[in-house]
Amino acid sequence: MCGIVGLFCKSTELEGRLGEYLGAMLAQMRDRGPDSAGVAVYRDPAPPGSSKLTLYCADPAFTWDSLCADLADEFGAAEIVDERAKHCVLVVDAEADEAEAWIRRNRPDLRVMSAGRVIEIYKEVGRPEWFAEAFRLEDFSGTHGLGHTRMATESRVTTEGSHPFSTGLDLCLVHNGSLSNHNRLRENLRAEGIEFQTENDTEVAAAYLAWRMREGATLEQALEGCLEDLDGFYTFLVGTADGFAVLRDPIACKPAVIAETDDWVAMASEYRAIAVLPGAAEARMWEPQPRVVYAWEKVPV
Amino acid sequence: MAVEALELTDATVVDLATTTLRELNQGLHDPGGQRRWRIVNPNGAHAVACGLDAEISVEIEGHVGYYCAGMNKLATVRVHGNAGTGVAENMESGTVVVEGSASQSAGATGRGGLLVVHGDAAARCGISMKGIDVVVRGSVGHMSAFMAQRGCLVVCGDAGDALGDSIYEAHLYVRGAVGSLGADCIEKELRDHHAAEVRALLERAGVEDVDPTEFKRYGSARQLYNFKIDNAGAY
Repeated sequence: MCGIVGLFCKSTELEGRLGEYLGAMLAQMRDRGPDSAGVAVYRDPAPPGSSKLTLYCADPAFTWDSLCADLADEFGAAEIVDERAKHCVLVVDAEADEAEAWIRRNRPDLRVMSAGRVIEIYKEVGRPEWFAEAFRLEDFSGTHGLGHTRMATESRVTTEGSHPFSTGLDLCLVHNGSLSNHNRLRENLRAEGIEFQTENDTEVAAAYLAWRMREGATLEQALEGCLEDLDGFYTFLVGTADGFAVLRDPIACKPAVIAETDDWVAMASEYRAIAVLPGAAEARMWEPQPRVVYAWEKVPV
Repeated sequence: MAVEALELTDATVVDLATTTLRELNQGLHDPGGQRRWRIVNPNGAHAVACGLDAEISVEIEGHVGYYCAGMNKLATVRVHGNAGTGVAENMESGTVVVEGSASQSAGATGRGGLLVVHGDAAARCGISMKGIDVVVRGSVGHMSAFMAQRGCLVVCGDAGDALGDSIYEAHLYVRGAVGSLGADCIEKELRDHHAAEVRALLERAGVEDVDPTEFKRYGSARQLYNFKIDNAGAY
């Protein structure tokens, strides 16, 4: 069991309260996943030509200033824009993949939680109410976000094993379910040059999506590929720079509900997470069909 | 007789925003003389109005979570909203009505009573039903009536894949398209007494605009559920 939530704001008023609502939704999903929690929020795009990284250091005494200086030396400019509970968000004057590659090469003591222009990923072991407080979720405004409460079944309870998982620039994945062919698939993906940080099954699904898109697939094609190539149970919620997408496996025993009003689109494992949103009782609501990719995108103004 | 919404002017109102689920269910288990109950602000809570065992009427104003009205006996429970997984699971008797849609495993393993879903029911509707009658005004998802043993499943819309897989003696009636039939489930002739059975269930469910003769009947080919010595090598 795990809990999934996603919120996509259609109104700017709601954008200001994105984090507050995500936190409230996560709290409702506590008993589906009390061991870890995490969110991806999409907000404050990095200026053109620069990129945004969310980094994590297990050492709570770590100070990010010297790293920031090193990045500035390497790329010309870098700035710390946020720091929350062992996580730090930096804007670097470089392409996201270059900056990410530099961190991986030079700082194996750090984890790259996310890379892109708008995404920020925060995740940690612990209950969602604690998580919301420690990471000051109510501060966050943004266009959309997704979150996860974890009940670990396939691998250890660690920060790295928590969700969301990055699946490429500005992309991430949260998962309710368990995959049974992740060991074989991980080996196949390693042969394609993809690196793994954990023994976690969801990380393999995230890597699979990243690999498919690297090879030219659209997000929708990559998700449809899951139906063929992943064995196991899953309800997936994928965050993108402009929105999010939902996919359930053909058996569809992991729950999902989607609701929509004029102000928002929300997805959750259960309605009680959606019930905390304004106007939820009157929302148009349905259960996503198995095998069907559902996607929402911000329409450019 | 159609299941009518009762006048609730003298109902006991329980607000789940301020009352714990345990207090609510305890009250419903020991109703005393109070036959009419109204529950507000369910907000997707699980196990609302479970284990009832009295001729009481419960109106729930909003969406409920998992296992609403599970193990119901005698009571009439009406959900003015959607229901999560396993609504009316293992029902013994009484009536459960969902005005909206129901998630997966609606009416699972039910032994008696009537479940009515006015919207759609998702996957595994009526799974392992053992005597419950289920009427769905909309459509049902895949694997519905899996291993269904007894009772009727009446679907006014469509059914998803693998309808009636490994079915025993439940009666399945679908008006619309069936995605596919499960193992050992076949279409059978709709005779007059079958149409009469559908008509009676539609009436009890309060579905008036559907013609009982438009349904197709499905049931067991009876090739799978008895042990056959010829198949011994397969085990």
